[in-house]
Formats: sequence, structure tokens, C-alpha cells
Amino acid sequence: MSHHIVEVQGLEHVYPDGTTGIQGISLKVVHGESVAIIGPNGAGKSTLLLHLNGYLAPTSGSVRIGEVPLTRETLPEIRRTVGVIFQDPDDQLFMPTVYDDVAFGPANLGLPRDEIDRRVNEALSLMGIASLKDKPPYRLSAGEKRRAAIAAVLSNLPDILVMDEPTTGLDPFGRRQLMGILRGFTHTKIIATHDLDLVADLCERTIVLHGGSVAADGPTLEIFRNGALLEECHLEKPFSMQGCPVCSPRSGAGGQRV
Amino acid sequence: MAGIAGAFTNLDVLDLLSTGDTAAHRLDPRAKLVTVLLFIVSVVSFDRYEISGLLPYFFFPAVMIPLAGIPPRYLLGKCLALLPLALLIGAFNPLFDRQPLVFLGPVALSGGMVSFLSILIRFSLTVLAAFILVAVTGFTGVCLALERFRVPRVFCVQLMLLYRYIFVLSGEASRMARAREMRSRGPKGTGIRVFGSLVGHLLLRTWDRAQRVHMAMLSRGFTGEFHIRRPLKFTAQDAAFTFGWCSLFLLFRLVDLPRLAGSLLTGVLP
Amino acid sequence: MHMADALISPAVGGAMWAVSAATVAWCSKKVKEDLDERKVPLMGVLGAFVFAAMMINFTIPGTGSSGHLGGGLLLAVLLGPHAAFLVIASILVVQALFFADGGLLALGCNIFNLGFFPAFFAYPLIYKPIAGKKATATRLTLGAVLAAVAGLQLGAFSVVLETTLSGITALPFTTFVLLMQPIHLAIGLVEGVVTASVVSFVWKANPQILEGRFAGASPGSVQLKHVALALLLAALLTGGFVSWFASSNPDGLEWATERTAGTSELAGTDALHSLMAQIQEKTAFLPDYSFASPAPGASGESGRLGTTVSGIAGGLITLALAFLTGLVLKKRLPGRG
Repeated sequence: MSHHIVEVQGLEHVYPDGTTGIQGISLKVVHGESVAIIGPNGAGKSTLLLHLNGYLAPTSGSVRIGEVPLTRETLPEIRRTVGVIFQDPDDQLFMPTVYDDVAFGPANLGLPRDEIDRRVNEALSLMGIASLKDKPPYRLSAGEKRRAAIAAVLSNLPDILVMDEPTTGLDPFGRRQLMGILRGFTHTKIIATHDLDLVADLCERTIVLHGGSVAADGPTLEIFRNGALLEECHLEKPFSMQGCPVCSPRSGAGGQRV
Repeated sequence: MAGIAGAFTNLDVLDLLSTGDTAAHRLDPRAKLVTVLLFIVSVVSFDRYEISGLLPYFFFPAVMIPLAGIPPRYLLGKCLALLPLALLIGAFNPLFDRQPLVFLGPVALSGGMVSFLSILIRFSLTVLAAFILVAVTGFTGVCLALERFRVPRVFCVQLMLLYRYIFVLSGEASRMARAREMRSRGPKGTGIRVFGSLVGHLLLRTWDRAQRVHMAMLSRGFTGEFHIRRPLKFTAQDAAFTFGWCSLFLLFRLVDLPRLAGSLLTGVLP
Repeated sequence: MHMADALISPAVGGAMWAVSAATVAWCSKKVKEDLDERKVPLMGVLGAFVFAAMMINFTIPGTGSSGHLGGGLLLAVLLGPHAAFLVIASILVVQALFFADGGLLALGCNIFNLGFFPAFFAYPLIYKPIAGKKATATRLTLGAVLAAVAGLQLGAFSVVLETTLSGITALPFTTFVLLMQPIHLAIGLVEGVVTASVVSFVWKANPQILEGRFAGASPGSVQLKHVALALLLAALLTGGFVSWFASSNPDGLEWATERTAGTSELAGTDALHSLMAQIQEKTAFLPDYSFASPAPGASGESGRLGTTVSGIAGGLITLALAFLTGLVLKKRLPGRG
């Protein structure tokens, strides 16, 4: 159970050109939690996420996944445990067919053919795209590509899912579909997103990043009620909470925001 | 060139055709690759003045096109579009080879005209063969066959990745070209400096994409080795296909069937 | 200059397939040994990029006609010789299968002609020495143009050799050479300028991409006078070099006609033909290809010199004609993109 825990201590990352990406972030995500990471563009969300599977090495600080500290030697194991799904599915679907992409991870683990097959079929049916097995990625719709990219990570049987903007580019139906699937996952979930309504729907905890450090870390609803904080971080309430007389009472000038 | 949109459509159509599910599609890719290669080698092995010996080879496309469900009009269109090229490469022959070779009654045909016709026939045959190969096998199928034939894996992976991302990059490039088109007037705006900038931008974006793809690969445990081998089964049907056609090609090469048939018909030996 | 299967013989095709296959195998081994596994996705994606970029046209200055990027030299600059060769080869495979741009048997020839020379000759031996260490705008353009021209000249010459040796075409060697080399001189010039344009853009925007391939300050922009100088140099080199090889022995066709018709020239049967022959005799200041030498038996040195001069002259005249044609077209067709 402890391998579902993500612990980051004093993480700092300075880019090669000298600018600071992250300064002194510490956080802990425990087993089964769904945590959203929100903040304006350039706040360091993606940079933070890339540290969680060792793609980026911190300038100082440490990352720990369960019992295992992130080092060069433990990289392979960490990468199996932490499944990262990036923004653009086209970057993650690079094999000739969906089957090949979903099989990529297990094949790299050196698993026998029938085990690979089993995992692929399972991941595909979990994402509802078993029928797309033999299709090349360039023949898929945006929603199908997203689900295929997730399936490609799921086949590694990760304990922790890290996602960078999972709902970008999806139509409303596709988005609902994806959210429904994600809701059903028992993995620990860390989701960086601009989709604040998704956050309100799926994540009980929210971390706000601003200027490379943590501006707030607490229950989602509480964060969303903190108007001053949101404004300072160039954020807003989720659309579902705007215009609500209880959550955002309007004072004085101007009508209700829609 | 039909421009980037046209070229992309071309790729797209053939790619779609290759996803068909006819008996021809289900054959092992290795069988099809070997057969087509032997076809081409046979066709080009004739001497420059051969015409009648080449004609039986048209049986192969004549059979494969309906078998594979390839729309004949589409293929014909593609070949016609390539006709200018064929004419260009053959047109020198009548100019330089003017010795009369064949007499059709009172009309003398120079060697050049005969070889020109031969070139046109060769061209049609080899071009049809290449299109048929990709339409029934698909590019990925060809790559898998190559991998089985010991072509270095690095190269096969390169082929697969290239093909995978052609669609993405073509899309990006065509959007940029269209944007340029909408903002340029005639020759202004389409010069080399603008081109350098446009392509330069595309290159920068491509470079970033390569990094991200690499990142995705690493995240799923990539250690440098690609596993692209897929279970392929060479069945009796595949063997029959290969053996059957190759024997026919050999027969066509050794025996000039049209001449034979013609002489039988006229009762006069040539 | 993709070779089609229609002009090739199995012997030549097979031989070049073997050569290209061996080179592919060797380069694959080299790329695999290169521990930087970022190269794998990079090669794939850059190949797609060049493929896409090849489809975008640009207007060639002075002619109004549209040109396209070849990409061989650019790939060599970005990836180094071995990886670039593989990428070029992969692009050619796609072109052969989907566009009949080059035949399947001729693929071996095309991979060699279009891949080997830019990657293993033009880039390391011409571009790098000129533009590799201390790059400036001038060096970049000069290096790119000379490298592109040289690579394409060699490639074009290989096409001529392979086609002639196959024996399907009736085009005599000398004529073929005189057709191919000047055309590809022009193409090479454009290719070089365009490549330099892209490289300099990238270098200004993100020098890391060309890491270690350049040292020195940022280049200015491409200047046309450098281009003209490079062109002249390349033309002189090419015209001279190539025609040096054009044998003064009667070529194959003349030999054949001598045997069959008893004369080394076919008498023209129509009036037009004889008229053209007369005109040619009067106007050609290099009749029969060498200097009209007063001293008999003076072939050899002056004969060779004459050939070279005629080659150079021919190259320059061709270029001049091309330029003039371009100007005329430009005047007559305004607004053509």
C-alpha cells in the first residue's frame, strides 16, 4: 500500500537558461487520493509533474515514491509505478497500431507474449476502446486518442496516475466519458489541469501553484471559495460554482457573473 | 506536384485501401513483397526493344486490382498523372535511335520508337506493381516483411516512425502553408526567406515534438530496444500465391506468349 | 532525379540495391552504437518533417517558377551522416511506394544517389570545413551552396552512369551528362540557398539544435552576392570537371552506326535537319567540341583544354539562358506565385 504514496521534499528546478522553474515545493499525496494541481500558465505544473517519474532531475530536493527514493538506479521501477500521461496524445501514440502502443510498456518489461496480450486487452476494455485495437493512431478521433494514450499507460499496471491536461481538446461528450472513466479508477491520481470543473468533480484535494511554489494546498471546495487567492493566482471559480448565491455572493457593482 | 494537400490525400487514400479485408489483404506480407519484386525484376530484364513479351505481365495487375478491391479508375488516374514523367524519360529514344527496326507494311518504325513504347509499358507495369503492393499490404506490412528479411531493426523502426508522423507533420505543414497563402500576394510572400522562416518554425516545433515523444517512450520503460515483431504465419495459401505468380512470371520471361498466339492464329511462323 | 524502374536493368538495379543495403546496414549499426537514444524518435519525426517540408513550395527568385526543398543536406546538418542517410533512405521508400517517385528496383540507386553524396561527401567534406567551425552568414551560405551543388552533381552523374549502363535508354552518355549536370547545378544552387536559409533561422532561434556544429557569433542574413559568387565557382568547377571526362572517343551510338551504316553520322533525310546542321556548323565557335586547332594532330593537351573550356562555356551559357528565361517569364507573367 505504501507504494501508492508520492512524497516531494524541497524540490527545486532551475532550467538550463537560468530561469527558475520550481522553488522549494514539498507535498505528500497518499494512497488513493485524487489531487488536482492548478495554477496559471508558467506556474510550474508541468515541470513538477515531470519530476514525478524522473524525466527531470531536481536541482535540489528529493522525490520519493512509496518506500523508494528516486535515483538513477530506481528509475525503471519508479517508471512502472508512476504512469504519466502527457498533454498531446500524438506524442504518446507512436507505434503503428493502438495495440502496439498499449503493448509497448509491457513489452519493455520483457513480459511473455500472452501476458502482454492479456494486459493490453484489459487496458483497452477498461478504456472502452477494444474495437480500436488494430487501428493506426492517425485514424482516431481526439477522444479516442486520449483514451488510447491512457490505456497505453494503464497496461503497465501503475499505482499512481499523473495526468497533464487530460481534457484539452475534447468535446463535451468525450470529456464526460473520460471523467466517468477516471472516477472509476482507484489509483492515486495527480491531475494538472485548467479544467476547474473537472477538479471540482473528481478531486477532493487541490494544490495551487504560483510562480514555482505552492500557494495553497487543501480541500478543493475550500480553495474554490477563496476568491482572493484565486484572483491572485490568475484563476477563477469553476463555471459550475460561478453565479451561485451561496458560494459567490456578489457585492455592489455589476450583476452576476455568468 | 499537387501541393501538400494533394500529396497528403494521395497517401491517405492508399493507406485506407490497405486496411481492406480481402483475400489479397490477408496474405502474408512477405509473399506479396517477394512476388512484386520478382515481377519488377522480370519486367526490367527484357532488352530495350521488347514489346510483345511484356504484355502478358499485365495479367498481374488485371487480377490483383479487382481481387484487392482497388478502384481501377483511381489507379488509372494515378498512372495517367505520371504519364508526363514516363514520356519525358522515354522521349529521347526516338530522337537518338533512328535506325528502322520494324516494318509494319509500308511504315518503318525506328528502333527508338519501339524502345520508347517498351519504356512506356515497363513504366506502367512497374508503377502499377508498386501501388498494388502498398494497397494490399500497407506500409506497416511492408516494414514487418522487411524486418523478417533481416533488414536492420533500426531502419525498420525509422520507417515506422516516419510513416506514423507523416500524417501529423503534413497536417501541421499544410496549415502553415495555407496561412502563408492567405497572407501573400502572388510572388510576394512566397520567396525563399519566408520559406526558410516557415520551414524553420516547423523544424523547431518538430524538434520539440521529438523530445516529447522521447519523453513518452522513456515514461513507458523504453531502454533503446523496439519490439516490433508481430506473429506472422506463412500458410499454404501464401506459398501457392507466391509460387504460382512467380512461375507465371518466369514463363512469360522465357516464352513470348503473344507472338506464339499470334503465329498460331495466322498460321505463319515469324 | 529519382530513377524509374523503366530505365533500369536488373544488373545495375541489383548491384545498387546491394550497395545501398550494405550502407543501410552499416549506418544502422552506427546509429545503434550511438548511445544517445533520443536519436530514434528524432530521426523518425525529422523524416516526417522533411517529407512535409518537401511539399511546401517557394518561388525561385528570377524565374517565378516554384521550387521544393530536397532536404538531404539539411538532414545531414541536423543529424550527422549516418542517421541522415537512414532518414533519407526511409523517405525514399515512402516516395517509391506511394508516389511512384522512383521505382522499387531503382530504390537501391536512388538511396545511393540521393543519400550517399549529401551525407558522406557534401556534408563532411564541404559543408563542415566551411561552415562547421566558425560560422558566419557568408560561410553558411557558401558552405551550403557548394555542398548542395557538389552533392547533386555527383548524384546526377550517378544517375547518368546507372541509366546508361542499364542500356534501356538510347540517350548517349555525353548528351545525357550535358543535360543533367547544368540542370542540377541550378537545382543545387537553390537547394543550398534554401538549406542555408533554414539553418540560419534555426541557429538564431535555438542554437542548441545545432549543438557543437557551430561555434561563433550569430549569422546575419543570407546575401545574394555571396550566392552569386558561390554559383560561379560551382559552375566553373562542375563544367570543367565533368567535361574533362567526356571522352573524345566516338560514343556508343556513333560506333554502332559506323558499323551498320558505314558512316559515323546519319545523314539527315529532311531539309530541316540539314538546315540545322548547317547553322550549327556556322555558329558553333567550338566545332566538334575542341578548339578549331590549326595544327593537325594537336589533340591531347589542347584537345583536353578545349573540352574543358567548352564545358565551362556550355555551363555558363546555360546558366545565362536560364537566367534570361527567368527574367523574361517574370516580365511576362506578373503575379504568378
